Order: sequence, then structure tokens, then C-alpha cells
Amino acid sequence: MTVPGPGRRLRFTFDGVSLEAIAGQSVAAALWAAGFRALARAPRSGAPRGPFCAMGVCQDCLLLVDGVAVESCRVAVREGLVVERPERPA
Amino acid sequence: MSEYDLAVVGGGPAGAAAAIEAAGLGLRCLLFDEGSDAGGQVYRPPAFAAATGGPDAAAGAALRAGLAGSAVERAFGHRVWFAGPAAEAAGFELQAVGPEGNRRVTARALLAAAGTSERVFPCAGWTLPGVTGLAAATILLKSQKVLPGRRVVVAGCGPLLPLVAVGILELGGAVAALVDLNGPADWLAALPGLAARPDLALRGLGWLARLRRAGVPLYTRWGVRAVSGREAVEAVEIGPVEADWRPSRQRPALRIEADALCLGHGLLPASELTRLLGAAHAYRPEAGGWLPVLDEAGRTSLPLLYAAGDGARLLGAGAAPLAGRLAALAAARDLGRLSEAAFAQRAAPLRRRLRRAARFGTAMARLCTPRPGLVEGLGADAVACRCEELTRGELGAAIAAGAGSLAALKAATRCGMGPCGGRLCNATAHALLAAAGRSAAEIGAPSARPPLRPVPLAALTGSFDYADVPIRELSPR
Ligand SMILES: Cc1cc2nc3c(=O)[nH]c(=O)nc-3n(C[C@H](O)[C@H](O)[C@H](O)COP(=O)(O)OP(=O)(O)OC[C@H]3O[C@@H](n4cnc5c(N)ncnc54)[C@H](O)[C@@H]3O)c2cc1C
Ligand code: FES
Repeated sequence: MTVPGPGRRLRFTFDGVSLEAIAGQSVAAALWAAGFRALARAPRSGAPRGPFCAMGVCQDCLLLVDGVAVESCRVAVREGLVVERPERPA
Repeated sequence: MSEYDLAVVGGGPAGAAAAIEAAGLGLRCLLFDEGSDAGGQVYRPPAFAAATGGPDAAAGAALRAGLAGSAVERAFGHRVWFAGPAAEAAGFELQAVGPEGNRRVTARALLAAAGTSERVFPCAGWTLPGVTGLAAATILLKSQKVLPGRRVVVAGCGPLLPLVAVGILELGGAVAALVDLNGPADWLAALPGLAARPDLALRGLGWLARLRRAGVPLYTRWGVRAVSGREAVEAVEIGPVEADWRPSRQRPALRIEADALCLGHGLLPASELTRLLGAAHAYRPEAGGWLPVLDEAGRTSLPLLYAAGDGARLLGAGAAPLAGRLAALAAARDLGRLSEAAFAQRAAPLRRRLRRAARFGTAMARLCTPRPGLVEGLGADAVACRCEELTRGELGAAIAAGAGSLAALKAATRCGMGPCGGRLCNATAHALLAAAGRSAAEIGAPSARPPLRPVPLAALTGSFDYADVPIRELSPR
């Protein structure tokens, strides 16, 4: 799922792991491309959830980005961004 | 006095064209969109240089250039979360969260051009990571250049099926199966409408040829039965369906190894704004569901409130700018800025073109008109409401116990009260109620209340009751 092609590369961290994204990509898309799809947990069962709607509706991509809870599908990656899962899927 | 003559919510083809038309007629016009630029879903501003090309990219660039050359005041990066009658002047008050926090404006007239979200009917296992909407997949593919998976099942109905499948091939992925609820007869029935846009029909044929060349297995009148996997999608079970899209009992299912499923059943008009303001709505399943009642120029039942684009009627991207411009003309007319004669003269050709464009869009939307078997064939354990994790069985029990409307079902189960605001479960809840014999009038339109869209806590400043914001709680580990 890596993304070939042009575009300036940026680095950010996800749960402490350093990852690369293309400038302009959303946090959710960059994580998806890097193989991280389970981002959130279901409210009752705790089952893993991942980006589903890609447009700010489902909230299954909610992450802490620089400490603030946001829809990661609607936030562009910036250099040095610190992204964390509030609850890590096992 | 209102700050603006016209506020437009949504900078897709409908809202952007409306704003340009209105500003051209001398109206002080403010255009809101939560995106970084105009273009909407179909002409999304490319996220980066690599994500360009194709006829949609050119149309999007033209739309953005037209807007840049106009007198329209643009408020991008703003998510409108409140609309109501203005307290201090005739007209409307809007509130939007943007980069600088909350912004409150007043406008004499208001156009809702909020487009659509996606309708996905549930199946067992559809909450696993790796399952995305079909329209969601177009976002990943077109503006993010990310593959949904290496081996993807593409399933559901409508024109996004071949679009997504071809998009996956173009980025180097494999399509494990294309699974279409519609059969050849359903597509044949759409032909007269397709003839209204031979260019788009040809594009569709080109996609099909591309899929055939790549050897993509095509299953028509088939549907997804279940998705399985531990932490993410590992396999998708598909099988034939009956004419009403219920899983066929006679014929066996097929298990396909895949790491992603793109699943979608058409688009869902975002009519929250007009519902929140109390305009009259009617249930029109073939045009998207609960929609504002409109006259030929996009006027709702309330004075100076208009609606256009796919958020008002699923007529497609070709029709959206025409409907938007008509609504702008109507607003100018109703604000006394255009004579009746000038209005009639400008509106007539737009109406003609709109009728033609609508034929194509309507044919496409009809391919996705929900059929009852989709939910009736759903197992009791399948999650029907993602936010609250309610199963079909739980909703069914509440309906059997007497919940006969969306509102009653919501009160009984919390279905629709989660952060999605009901966008992901209302269609399912409606279908389950209809399957239990309730009429659309009994089921009722989903209630709309602020915030219209989820508003991140951190973005809000000023006087606002945090308890009203239905964003999901994040509990630290
Ligand atoms: C995800 C997705 C992908 C699609 N891809 C295609 C495609 O590839 N090809 C195709 O022909 N059709 C596609 N469609 C259908 C397409 O949306 C329409 O035909 C066309 O874009 C309709 O134009 P519109 O102006 O009515 O709405 P849209 O283009 O959807 O524009 C609505 C705009 O309103 C904004 N908005 C909504 N609510 C708010 C709010 N509260 N505050 C601020 N802004 C708001 C949105 O950000 C959006 O930009 C897609 C639809 C979806 C949902
Ligand atoms: S993927 Fe649905 S809100 Fe981000």
C-alpha cells in the first residue's frame, strides 16, 4: 500500500514510531498507507475500528494529534506531528 | 442589518456556482466550506501535486478559478454547525468553526448546498478495520493516492463500483471481486437516462472494458454476506441475491481472501440544514430519502431559504451547478435584485439544461434505491448502528416492542444519538421500520439539531455548552 510518485515527504510519529507521509496527505491516509488501519476502539465491545467514511462522519479515525482529539481523516500531516492512539488496539 | 445578502453552505459544484452567480448579480455573498478550497466531493481540491489529472481535475480547477475571479467572500476551513433565525434582523444566523475559532454571521437569504454523505447498509463484520465506504474509497484513491488494500473486494451498487475498481487498478492494486447488487436488467433499465450523457456513459463502458482486460471477476446480482478477520479484514463472503436484494437461500456463498472491502449503497443527501430550520420535507427514496420540498428554482417552503445540489436531490455532478445557479437567481429575485422578467429569461435555459442533466443523475441514483431485502436478510448479531454498537437484533426487539418511528427507536435504543448524528444508521433504521410495516409518514424524518456536524471540542471558543457536542469520548488508556 505504499505510495509511489512525486510529492514532498514529511515525517511524523505514530505511537512513537517514525513514519513518512506525502505533504498534503491526511493523517488517516498516511497511516493507512503505512499499514496502520486499526486506530480507534468500538465504544461497547472495544473491538478495533478504522477509518470508514474518510469524510468526517464516522469518527472511527479519532486520534490525538499533538494532544488534541481530532478526526485524523480531516487533518493534513505536518512535519514533526505527534500522533497517538488514545487506546491502542491490541 | 444582515451582513450578507446570501450565505451559501457548501462549496461543491452546486454551492460554488450559486455563489458566483449571486455575486455576479451584485449580492453580497459568503460561501462556507469545511474543505481547504471549493470543489466538493466530485472536484476535491487535490491534496498534493501527484493527485491530479482527468476530466474531474480540470473541471475542479475551472470552478476554483471562477470563484477566485468573483466577488464571493470565501470561508474555507469552516464547518457550519448551527443555523437559526437571526435574533436582531430578518434573515438567518449561522455559526461555523474555523481556524480562528467560532464565527457567527447573519444573512438575509440562505442556500443549503451541503452535498451528501454515503449510505452503507450493514453486513456481518462491516465494522472491521479495512472496510471503507465506496465514496470513501474515491477519496483515498483520488485525493490521497492511497490504496484501500492490496487485494480488494468492491461491492454494493451504482456507478461508484466501476469507478473505485478502476481506481484501484490504476494505483497498482488488485480487485479480488466486483460485486454488484444490480444485474444486467437493472443497468439496461438505466439506459434511457444514460443516453442523456453519452460522454459519461462512454466513460463507464471504458471502465468496464478496463476491468475485463484486467480479469477482474464480476458478480452481478450478488451481495456481501459477511466480512471476517481478527484485527482487520481477512476474507469477504459473497453470494447471490434475489430481486429484492435478499441473500438467496438456494445458492451457496463464496469466500474470497481480501485485505479490504469497499462497500457502498448510494449517497445520502445532507438535508440537516433545511430540516433544522423547519422547512417541509418529503420522503423520496429514489432521489435520496428525506428531502426538502422545493419549487422549480430551489425555493424551500420557508421564505429566503433555498436548497440545491445532491443535498437537495440526487441528480449528480452535472446537474448540481445548474440547480445552484437557479437558486441564486431565485434568491436575487426574492431579495428584489432581479425583475421577474429578467429572472424568467435567465432561468429558462438553466431549467432546460437541468432537466437533461437530471435524467442521467436520476438513472444513476435509481440504481441505488434501497430494496427491502438488504436489511431483512441481515443477521441478528450484525451491528446496525456503529456509534452505539447496536445490533440488528436489538433494534428489531425495540421495533417489535412498539417503537414505530425513528424518534421512538432512538429513544428506546440510542440509535442515531452517537457522533455520526444518525448519518450512518438512519437509512438502516428506516429500512428496518419499513420492513416491520411502518409507512414513511409514521417513521418520520430524522430530527436535526445543532451541531449539524461533529465539532471538535478544541476548535470551539466562546459561549458553548460542551455537553451538546456529540464527539466520542476519548478515555486515556
Ligand atoms: C465521498 C464522495 C465521493 C464522490 N465522488 C464522486 C465522483 O468521483 N464522481 C462523481 O461524479 N460524483 C461523486 N460523488 C457524488 C458527488 O458528490 C456529486 O454528484 C457532486 O459533488 C454534488 O455536488 P454538490 O455541490 O451538490 O455537493 P458536494 O460536492 O458534496 O459539495 C458539498 C460541500 O459542502 C461542504 N459542507 C457540507 N456540510 C458542511 C457544513 N456543515 N459546513 C461547511 N461545509 C459543509 C462539503 O465540504 C462539500 O465540499 C461523490 C460523493 C461523495 C459523498
Ligand atoms: S474516517 Fe470517518 S471520520 Fe474520519
